[in-house]
Amino acid sequence: MVAAPATNAPVHQSPAGGATLAIRNLHVNIDSREIIHGIDLTVNKGEVHAILGPNGSGKSTLAYALMGHPRYAVTSGEVELKGEDLLAMSADERSRNGLFLCFQYPTSIPGIQMGNFLRLAMKARFGDAAIKTFRKELTEKLRILKMDESYMRRYLNEGFSGGEKKKAEILQMALLKPEIAIMDETDSGLDVDAFKVVADGVNAMRGPDVGFVVITHYNRMLEYIKPDFVHVLIGGKIVKSGGPELALAVDQHGYQPILEELREQGVEIELMEEAGATYAREEPTEREHDPFRSHGLTGL
Amino acid sequence: MATDIEVTSKELAIHVDPNRERLLREAEKELPLEYSAGWSDPEAYFFKSGRGVSRETVEMISRMKNEPAWMLDRRIKAYDHFLSRKMPSWGADLSEINFDEMYYYIKPASEQGKTWDDVPQDIKNTFDKLGIPEAERKFLAGVSAQYESEVVYHSLREDLEKLGVIFTDMDSGLREYPEIVKRYFGTVIPYKDNKFAALNTAVWSGGSFVYVPKGVHVAIPLQAYFRINAKNAGQFERTLIIADEGSYVHYIEGCTAPIWSEDSLHSAVVELIAMKDATIRYTTVQNWSNNVYNIVTKRAVAHENATVAWIDGNLGSKVTMKYPAVYLLGRGSKAEIVSAAFANQGQVQDAGGKVWHCAPETTSTITSKSVSKGNGRTSFRGWLKIYKGCVDSVSAMRCDAMLLDKECRSDTYPTIEVDEEKVALGHEATVSKIGEEELFYLMSRGLSEREAITQIVNGFIEPFTKTLPMEYAIELNRLIQMQMDGAVG
Ligand SMILES: Nc1ncnc2c1ncn2[C@@H]1O[C@H](COP(=O)(O)OP(=O)(O)O)[C@@H](O)[C@H]1O
Ligand SMILES: [Mg+2]
Repeated sequence: MVAAPATNAPVHQSPAGGATLAIRNLHVNIDSREIIHGIDLTVNKGEVHAILGPNGSGKSTLAYALMGHPRYAVTSGEVELKGEDLLAMSADERSRNGLFLCFQYPTSIPGIQMGNFLRLAMKARFGDAAIKTFRKELTEKLRILKMDESYMRRYLNEGFSGGEKKKAEILQMALLKPEIAIMDETDSGLDVDAFKVVADGVNAMRGPDVGFVVITHYNRMLEYIKPDFVHVLIGGKIVKSGGPELALAVDQHGYQPILEELREQGVEIELMEEAGATYAREEPTEREHDPFRSHGLTGL
Repeated sequence: MATDIEVTSKELAIHVDPNRERLLREAEKELPLEYSAGWSDPEAYFFKSGRGVSRETVEMISRMKNEPAWMLDRRIKAYDHFLSRKMPSWGADLSEINFDEMYYYIKPASEQGKTWDDVPQDIKNTFDKLGIPEAERKFLAGVSAQYESEVVYHSLREDLEKLGVIFTDMDSGLREYPEIVKRYFGTVIPYKDNKFAALNTAVWSGGSFVYVPKGVHVAIPLQAYFRINAKNAGQFERTLIIADEGSYVHYIEGCTAPIWSEDSLHSAVVELIAMKDATIRYTTVQNWSNNVYNIVTKRAVAHENATVAWIDGNLGSKVTMKYPAVYLLGRGSKAEIVSAAFANQGQVQDAGGKVWHCAPETTSTITSKSVSKGNGRTSFRGWLKIYKGCVDSVSAMRCDAMLLDKECRSDTYPTIEVDEEKVALGHEATVSKIGEEELFYLMSRGLSEREAITQIVNGFIEPFTKTLPMEYAIELNRLIQMQMDGAVG
């Protein structure tokens, strides 16, 4: 059983009044099993929130639910984006309204060229006018992310290495200029160089116009991207919130001290043992061994 | 035992124009969203036969064309065979075709136009609307425009004519090059091939005759355009393409018809002959209206080191049955059959490809992409035969089907007969739906559900699209978008 922990996200007010993203008592089911057991979180533009938590604690579930994945059913709670009901919007509306999710496992789609896809996404978000400046912006972002032009002719994420996929996510984020960006373990599976490029890419975007939710379970990311707020998510609940020092504490001592502290307060935490490693959105199998693709045949 | 595949072969994709992507995108903006070729012209024909087909009809067609005796004789034999031959017991349901209702020969004008201005006004307007004269000016080496039973206009660039290239309608071909036609006509597809090949041989009219001399490279495509206008019309064009040693030619055909509630029948026969070291590339973008039965026999022979590519896109028609084939007769010859089919509500696309390996070191690939929507049905039929002694041959067959709705259906019928052990084979078939994850990923980037589905479908078909010259890729994307948007029950 889970009881509500005493601590919760501090309430931040944006200068304009309402918060950019306000999550209240959010409950999420996957296949009628509750995974998120009531989360409150407020994120404003200009802020960087880190969410830490062991594998299987529900971090990705929170991210998917916020982005509107049809399998992640919100059973109760409210979410507002810039004062509007986020939960009433379809995934594409959420995107067009300024929400962005950097996928932990980006989906690859054959036959759709990266360049064309980016152009469509830009058009969806900013209208036809965006097409005029698209080339210039793209070139600039590619340079920052140390990505080659040739990416644009490749199929969407297909055959991309782990690092290439993550860079491609950052590229999309940089172009779509979200007001709230959720980054789901963008740091995992990267070698040192790719990691540095990704972190620089995020830092280059940081500013008063965007709020970040950085999901990670390594402190490595947070050394590059200094968070303003840190939340620990365990067993589908935010069990502790604080400043950068909380990330440091987790890095040094792990989650055990937090769990013990909660236990002393009489709060039981359900650890989801399966650690979320066995589900469909794990790294999809590549089509690399397809003889029709790899032998330069017609391409079919 | 056949070993697993390790195939390399010539890349079919066309990457010539660096502006291709941009132009494709620009063109997408102006997409009309319904069958846009569905108008009809008033019938003001020079001659129209009565309904139905008989020995008299056959004789009359031959007489009007002033044909040599051997051709009349062939027609008559074919007609008898047509009568005696049963309807195919497999494939699409053809029971509703009423042979007695059709018009078998319609001659729209007394003679062929030398320029577009000579073509009767209504007909010229129709081809203008279809963009044919414009395409001719912009990017074609030659054009043939068939309206009902006759080619009403054809042209060939002068420089090609000087090189000895022949591109004319089949009737003129028979008159002007009687020996070549007599030598090759019906050699790849004898009238006994199937019931519809017999019917075509009996009543054929129009189509193209192409001869490319030794070593001549026709770098830009020749195009034939077929238009049916009348209700219950039958169109039976006959095409023969001969590429002499070391030559290259790319022939493209397109087609449309008005939307009638009465059925029409398009039953063509296309024979290709690729001599030693020659390449023939034959591209079809089939966009008949949904009342046309499209039953076409297409076969090619490839001699030593020759290559034949059938690139076959089927979007329109009520029922299509078409399995382009290649006989690999010469050592080192190659066949590539690439097809894409889209079956929307009420449509049956029964397509595929056949290859016979009759010589060593021959290579073939048969690939198919099909999309079914509403209650549409696609079938893939692949036939592969490798005879004993065809050592070091390589063959790969693949078909991918995508189902967009619950009601639609896709079937695969591969037949593989291999009598030689020292060959490499690959065979794969997949059926997929639009994946939830793919859809969500695209939508999370702001694409509407419909846009996202269209992108996924276009992406699925893309390996086919990229084998088309740009102008046709635009047309194909437009047709697919139209299919996606069209209301479906
Ligand atoms: N696609 C899925 N289907 C069923 N259960 C899932 C799925 N994804 C996650 N879960 C469940 O939700 C829990 C939380 O998973 P997830 O949100 O991926 O955790 P995290 O991102 O924190 O590692 C997992 O332990 C698992 O039990
Ligand atoms: Mg996760």
